[in-house]
Amino acid sequence: MAAEELRILTRHLGAPGVTGLPGYEAVGGYRSLRRALGMTPEAITAEVKASGLRGRGGAAFPTATKWGFLPQDVFPRYLCVNADESEPGCFKDRVLLEELPHQLLEGTLIAAVALQASHAFLYVRGEYRAPRELLDRCVAEAYRAGYAGQGVAGSRFGCELVVHGGAGAYICGEETALLDSLEGLRGQPRLKPPFPAVRGLYGQPTVVNNVETLSNLPYIIEHGGAAYAALGTEASPGTRLFCVSGHVERPGTFEVPMGHTTFRDLIALAGGVRTGHVLKAMQPGGGSMQVLGPEHLDLALDFKAVADAGSSLGAGALVVMDETTCMVDVSMRLVDFYHHESCGKCVPCREGTYFESRLMHRLEAGLASADELLTLADICEHMEGRCFCPLGDTATWFVMSAYRRFADEFRAHCGAGCCPVRAAAEAAA
Amino acid sequence: MAEAAGPPAAATPLLSAATRERIRTACARYPAARSAALPALWAAQDQLGHVPPEAMAEVAAELGIGAAEVEAVATFYAMYFRRPPGRHFIQVCTNVSCALRGAEGLLRHLEERLGIPDGGTTLDGAFTLESTVECLGACGGAPALQVDRYSHEDCTPDRVDRLLERLRAEPGPTGAPR
Repeated sequence: MAAEELRILTRHLGAPGVTGLPGYEAVGGYRSLRRALGMTPEAITAEVKASGLRGRGGAAFPTATKWGFLPQDVFPRYLCVNADESEPGCFKDRVLLEELPHQLLEGTLIAAVALQASHAFLYVRGEYRAPRELLDRCVAEAYRAGYAGQGVAGSRFGCELVVHGGAGAYICGEETALLDSLEGLRGQPRLKPPFPAVRGLYGQPTVVNNVETLSNLPYIIEHGGAAYAALGTEASPGTRLFCVSGHVERPGTFEVPMGHTTFRDLIALAGGVRTGHVLKAMQPGGGSMQVLGPEHLDLALDFKAVADAGSSLGAGALVVMDETTCMVDVSMRLVDFYHHESCGKCVPCREGTYFESRLMHRLEAGLASADELLTLADICEHMEGRCFCPLGDTATWFVMSAYRRFADEFRAHCGAGCCPVRAAAEAAA
Repeated sequence: MAEAAGPPAAATPLLSAATRERIRTACARYPAARSAALPALWAAQDQLGHVPPEAMAEVAAELGIGAAEVEAVATFYAMYFRRPPGRHFIQVCTNVSCALRGAEGLLRHLEERLGIPDGGTTLDGAFTLESTVECLGACGGAPALQVDRYSHEDCTPDRVDRLLERLRAEPGPTGAPR
């Protein structure tokens, strides 16, 4: 069967003027919000539960369950939209922000009704300046049309929408760091518990949901949770927007039903591995996740199947690497990223990523000794599970999985005086 | 009344009336004014091109918090400049997806064209070049770079040369894709 997209979340992508309010209303936009305003919060949450929707930011936590953690009768409550997309290889939320901003706002308002939230804060990463400016204009349109502020769409429910621009800190995608950043502090993670649902923004009950998660809500309210769940499989309901990049013919985002689609299908949608080359490795989930190989091509895009293979669908990325790729170089770039983005709060992450990075630069340059590979493993062992938040753990996952799978390639770098993979490529050229 | 702690206020405030208005509007949008720290620093940087300590003190006064608290925030986030960069700030993404599609070659090309190393600023102050940037979320159009506020995708040496030519003619940070 040829791989095909199934456009649910992106069904209105490219519709005339859909980035503006009239264009979005023309395709039925904000009808789901009106319907939600006629439902009880419990009924909305029940539909989301029936949909099986799981968080699309990376942790895949069931959305309705997360909402259910809010304590009864404690107000005000806040909703935060996590648009701090910064996972290497991920650019799906940017597509939703740039192409379907009102769908996100409608989903945000539906969630706000379900949670009875007085404010929804949209935290957009600093690098996404143009998408943030677009979102500012859309929020202004929503206010003028009466979809935001006091008396949403003529109801008695009120919700303020606030767009908040970040300023270049990957860690703010971690939900408690995002809350600190929103409070005007350095974006460093908080100790959990208490979880944000109990004590979040300004100490009040707070839900943090990803852009893609919320953008699914208009469809779920319009068609019902069961219809959404039926699109995927029982374990992985619905569709998902995957970002395919690296050595493929046509990088981009592709929406596919989960569970029914394989990595091979996804790569086919992106035009296949670039012509004349073969697949060496792939990284699903984004920069944090473990490497997979050609033998995993027929794995279904299913939370459990990918977890069983030792990796994760994470935030919905797929980075494709062909035979010319140096796995030490790739590992070094990811380690550098985590080193740069470590917030400095805890020692294992702050110091661990520093030593990891130094060592990987020596290794890629062919200057490290074989003993240093043991040091690398040792550093990673002392980081994983010992850091304050998941950033430190994930700074070890790709490099260690690559080291296990491509041990010979790592060893060949030791004392080589240069990168042997690059040298071989240059000799062949 | 006792003097307020912190650096002495500049004889002439750095922040314009328009910037102060932007900061006050931002403060009013949050349940707590302090939440406007990031938007206030953005407002200051949009006006001044960077955020010097005096501007941090003025932002602090607007927010009703200490200057050190604002400095703590300003120095945590990578996108606030403490010193003025070149008129145009070029950031080349060299993370995995871009690296797989030629980001290093693009960076070398820019270094050569501008005559500066990664991290440097041209003598005429027109350009600053950097490659230590988070993944720009432009992996579908790799290799990508960001100039001032906007990203440019599918960059080739030719396209970058044309972009540089256009930027040289522009007085301040814009760089919107064309």
